[in-house]
Amino acid sequence: MDAKTIEIKSYPEMWESLGVNVERFEKMRCVMGDMYSKTFLMQDKRPAGMDYFDYTISEIHGARVAELVEAKKSKRPVVGTFCVFVPEEIIVAAGGICIGLCGGSQGPVPDAERILPRNICPMVKSAYGFKVAKVCPYFQAVDFVYGETTCDAKKKTWELLDREVPTYVMEIPQMKRERDKALWLEEVKDFKTTIEDKSGHAISADDLANAISLINGKRRALQRLNRLRSHTPAPISGKDGLLIEQIAFYDDPTRFTQKLNDLCDELEERVKSGFGVAPSSSPRIMVSGTPMALPNWKIHNIVETLGGVIVNEESCIGTRYFKDLIDEEGADMDRMLADLTDRYMKIDCSCFTPNNERIDQVIREYKESNAQGILHYCLQFCHTYNIEAVRLREACEKEGVPFLAVESDYSPEDVGQLQTRIEAFLEQIREA
Amino acid sequence: MITCGIDIGSTSIKAVLFDGAQIIDAKVDKSGSRPADNARGLFHRILESGGVARDDVGRIVATGYGRNYFKEADAVSSEILCHASGVAYMFPSARTVIDIGGQDSKIISIDASGRVANFAMNDRCAAGTGKFIEMVSLMLDVPLGRMGAESEPGTDACEISSMCAVFAESEIIGLTQSGTPVDSVLRGVFRSVARRTLSMTGRIGLQPDVVFTGGVALNTGIARALEQETGHRLMIPSDPRITGALGAAIIAASKAAARRPVSESIVGAR
Repeated sequence: MDAKTIEIKSYPEMWESLGVNVERFEKMRCVMGDMYSKTFLMQDKRPAGMDYFDYTISEIHGARVAELVEAKKSKRPVVGTFCVFVPEEIIVAAGGICIGLCGGSQGPVPDAERILPRNICPMVKSAYGFKVAKVCPYFQAVDFVYGETTCDAKKKTWELLDREVPTYVMEIPQMKRERDKALWLEEVKDFKTTIEDKSGHAISADDLANAISLINGKRRALQRLNRLRSHTPAPISGKDGLLIEQIAFYDDPTRFTQKLNDLCDELEERVKSGFGVAPSSSPRIMVSGTPMALPNWKIHNIVETLGGVIVNEESCIGTRYFKDLIDEEGADMDRMLADLTDRYMKIDCSCFTPNNERIDQVIREYKESNAQGILHYCLQFCHTYNIEAVRLREACEKEGVPFLAVESDYSPEDVGQLQTRIEAFLEQIREA
Repeated sequence: MITCGIDIGSTSIKAVLFDGAQIIDAKVDKSGSRPADNARGLFHRILESGGVARDDVGRIVATGYGRNYFKEADAVSSEILCHASGVAYMFPSARTVIDIGGQDSKIISIDASGRVANFAMNDRCAAGTGKFIEMVSLMLDVPLGRMGAESEPGTDACEISSMCAVFAESEIIGLTQSGTPVDSVLRGVFRSVARRTLSMTGRIGLQPDVVFTGGVALNTGIARALEQETGHRLMIPSDPRITGALGAAIIAASKAAARRPVSESIVGAR
């Protein structure tokens, strides 16, 4: 096997200037480089177009952070977010940069647990730990954070995070009645006002139209990638698919869209010639559930090491982020904000009740992705996704869809049990 | 064709040599601190005692936690499939398998053709598994092999509400210090293990015949508690520990067994 490795480039002076704990961050950088090399570069038959995404990882704490630092110098706001509900179009319209902040690593969890309770979501602990330990250059670079009220752990953590970095909160309604939609539109307008105040840039109708078109383009490219993954044999691994979906949250949208479309051109050729990364007999698995923030590749790594291939992520870092577009017909600000709100109201997060559209969406994606089984992934202590899995299981049983639910966090201690269950699940699919 | 199944578990390693119809020999050893080496040693010992040359073994399938680290294996398979295969061979009428091993427990439902229809398995926590029972054995100073017999005399069982080894330990200390007889504590422990295990059947049901496998099936106290809680008579293999290894050997013998080859390593596994 090719012993390729990647080094995550070091920028100690820049990190120092951002207030990063450089000594500790150096170690994390090396661990991540090693983990990335083992998880991604060892894969067989990777598309050439993955080079760009490998490059973005090698420069994850370098070139991209330098772009943020430059943007700040020219007074463009850099906004950190944690949720697909925060409308990035408005940030982009104000000339700003929207960065989906990480929270996918076990490393800073012990830092968070000195303050936060242990029995809460690992993503919230990880994210908060990154900030209090000062081991994330992005967190150090953002001007402020925009949180939301999708879950209790996040909502209450914002109050504590606000002491470390200015943290604003949008209220996300948890039902979808007319009055909830009205509230949501008001929240979007308030969000726009805050972003305008902070950036000193009044958003014009043209600004917003351009931003909508730009982000729609990014979402379209991700949709295109997802459609290509529906082919057998799969032209790209699930690990690479997930990686691209993760990078979508922090890369420059114009460049990302261009590079992703280039990759999709290559994948289209693969599909035409029937070339795949895994044999056609590999069990095709769709993952559904909670988000997998960078660098959380645990489930994908287990499934694909065991000979399966993941073909779809029904997740916030996945289809929930890109399945819906904003109508581009709107010309005036009010209409655009209404269209934007309509699009965001389609998000089928489990924080809503009822949330029947998600059950239908999961079954639809299962069919469209030509998957052979659904692996429901739930981060520990994510009650809404965990409970909703009961109804998903029932729907899958009714449709005859093989279904396995797992609950996990970022620690490696349950990998053995997960391997056994996932291997048995793949065996069941192979034997069917 | 002679095949071999090796089940490298958290606590013990099991090996079975199979001639395609009958078990030639079966052996069990401790996993210890170097399970891969111990598995290799056990493999060579079983060849010797079974009078089989290495080259006469047509195919080796490994299962259990250490399956990916046993380099002699031709293929690997999950414990779930192996237990189902082993049970289907020994008890064709079985529809449910309750397997309790050193650090995990499983309920497997199997269809009339012996295939896995559904399964449930404990999460990361080893509560209610062999490890927990070993801890109770040490605490109460009742050897593992005597636990079932020691729990025999009465029928009353004290309430053990916690399955977490740490909390249950405090609970048991409280009970013994207040003078609760050891047999009553044991029955309470066995009943709580049975209930914990059976809570996994909620999603998959429990159809007879029910077979109880894994090292914990040697404990007659747990078997009795499971029978009381399920209302079903349990079938227990003469050596329940080797069920997974036997299943692995049977899978190795079946032509359709184009199992996954052994992977070099799983990143993040350690």
